[in-house]
Amino acid sequence: MNKTFFKKYFISGPYLFWMIAFTIIPICLVIYYGLTDKSGTFTLQNIMSITTPEHFKALWLSLLLSLASTVICLLLAYPLAMILKGLSVNKNSFIVFIFILPMWMNFLLRTLAWQTILEKNGVLNTLLEILHLPSLNIINTPYAIIFGMVYNFLPFMVLPIYNVLIKIDDNVIHAAKDLGANSVQTFFKIIFPLSIPGVISGITMVFIPSLTTFVISNLLGGGKIYLIGNIIEQEFTTAYNWHLGSGLSMVLMVFILLNMILTFKFDKGEGGAVL
Amino acid sequence: MNQDKLIDLVNITKSYGDNIILDDLNLYIRENEFITLLGPSGCGKTTTLRILGGFENPDKGKVIFDGKDITNLPPNKRALNTVFQKYALFSHMTIAENIAFGLKIKKKPKSYIDDKIKYALKLVNLEGYGNRSPESLSGGQQQRIAIARAIVNEPKVLLLDEPLGALDLKLRQDMQYELIRLKNELGITFIYVTHDQEEALTMSDTIVVMNQGYIQQIGTPEKIYNEPENSFVADFIGESNILSAIMIKDKLVEILGARFACVDTGFGTNQPVDVVIRPEDIDLVKPEEGTIEGVVTGLIFKGVHYEMDVMANGHEWLVHSTDMFAVGTKVGIHIDPFDIQIMHKPESEDEEAVSFNE
Ligand SMILES: Nc1ncnc2c1ncn2[C@@H]1O[C@H](COP(=O)(O)OP(=O)(O)OP(=O)(O)O)[C@@H](O)[C@H]1O
Ligand SMILES: [Mg+2]
Repeated sequence: MNKTFFKKYFISGPYLFWMIAFTIIPICLVIYYGLTDKSGTFTLQNIMSITTPEHFKALWLSLLLSLASTVICLLLAYPLAMILKGLSVNKNSFIVFIFILPMWMNFLLRTLAWQTILEKNGVLNTLLEILHLPSLNIINTPYAIIFGMVYNFLPFMVLPIYNVLIKIDDNVIHAAKDLGANSVQTFFKIIFPLSIPGVISGITMVFIPSLTTFVISNLLGGGKIYLIGNIIEQEFTTAYNWHLGSGLSMVLMVFILLNMILTFKFDKGEGGAVL
Repeated sequence: MNQDKLIDLVNITKSYGDNIILDDLNLYIRENEFITLLGPSGCGKTTTLRILGGFENPDKGKVIFDGKDITNLPPNKRALNTVFQKYALFSHMTIAENIAFGLKIKKKPKSYIDDKIKYALKLVNLEGYGNRSPESLSGGQQQRIAIARAIVNEPKVLLLDEPLGALDLKLRQDMQYELIRLKNELGITFIYVTHDQEEALTMSDTIVVMNQGYIQQIGTPEKIYNEPENSFVADFIGESNILSAIMIKDKLVEILGARFACVDTGFGTNQPVDVVIRPEDIDLVKPEEGTIEGVVTGLIFKGVHYEMDVMANGHEWLVHSTDMFAVGTKVGIHIDPFDIQIMHKPESEDEEAVSFNE
């Protein structure tokens, strides 16, 4: 073995170790558990159990809520990223900073805070009462879960879009106007197409955690609304049926892979937008 | 004269923060003219073009186009097109789509657009490149596409911001001829920006020399070269000897204590002036035959000519000549009266030429 070969592996060693120990092995374990029953014999039962009405309903609801939160995030994030792009340099880095600031706080704490705010006798309803407005009962509904997803994952949509937008050369936008395009045409023919890589990575970064979350649905759904994440969590923590939990995880992985394949297809390897 | 003006910039002032970029700039451009804005980096050339193109609003002043005030008209409503300093092609479109962009916006029929794309690609010598992506082209090719994209719209005026800046010398010279040919073929007005004085001299009908937001001189290339109005212009355009002198009386000037006959009049008597003498206009003769005497201190062979430094009367003169004088040779300096260009001293601090090293 020559020296450069050794060097290459020596440098990538820790990284390889990390990959094998914390990514490859766990995935192999999940696949092993997913395809066996308690006695260790091969079975497809765990995977097929997604077709039971209870599990299928949870998966369907998960897909629906993740889709809704992704769309809402996109609709909120795009204009916000455009506004950020338009601000002067020192102003926008300040606002981006403000935007990331909540992300430094613990995810659980943030979501718990919203539980307190949205509760029946919580902060929001107290405020509405003071203003003599009818109270809102959104805690423990799917809407509260969507709200929690949007709140928690919005920055992951804003940042990649913002990152591609600021990389668009002003002169390219000027060129479009120079050639006769008005602001609307410039947006749809130039700015939006050029920002697609950012939009795609934003969608991935919101959709996947939304699809797999169980914390948000636990805290804001009052434990009554089951997403696929909650079911998998319960199989592992309460029912101690790792085989079934792994089987369902594999089904979920298929959806994540589908999302990623779509992403790469659109992205055509322009990639640069990933955070 | 008045109806001759296609574009008129009137009292244009522009500043960024405390930084005054253009100060009361006045300039008119005639129909079909090839006019070049020439000046060192940061002197406000691009800013002037951006005001013309509508990407920047002047703080004060007006832009008149074809007799109409267009100062507040957005860029997409102006009958001029720009070739940007860094191409600014649309990277998500093919070359053909780039060229078609302006025509599609104007909803031209498809057959018309296809013809135009073909014609434009031919014009810039890039036939068959229509389906390539901009990234797959070299800098020079991208620049030509940027030009093609602008001219298919048949603008009345084409603004070009250092379009050849990124090209190597050979390609740059080819493109210079190409552009002149294009201009003659299309019969449109070119407003051209460069900081390359040779390019400006080669291509322009009119040169506008700018420095620090002021117009230093406007004139034909010959006039700018032979009769620079101040030491900045003289220094910026070509090589020159610029000296302080005293105008004794009409047609007589004292340079470094020696009196030279010249042809300029009207500067008064005993007035301090600047003189500029081009290195190729200095004749080296026998010591006793010259107006002043000096000694050769440097000699470089430049191909077409020799470049010599001659120390005389405490000044190092730059001389170009096809005759060679070895270092140490005693020579006389003779200058024909019409080769001495007299200039007023700069009036204000602002106009003062900054020393500019080429
Ligand atoms: N948006 C801006 N904000 C602040 N200052 C600016 C801005 N645009 C230009 N300037 C300043 O204005 C001055 C003139 O700029 P301009 O781009 O017109 O120069 P230029 O003559 O085109 O130079 P170059 O030959 O380098 O392209 C420069 O000092 C530049 O720093
Ligand atoms: Mg410039």
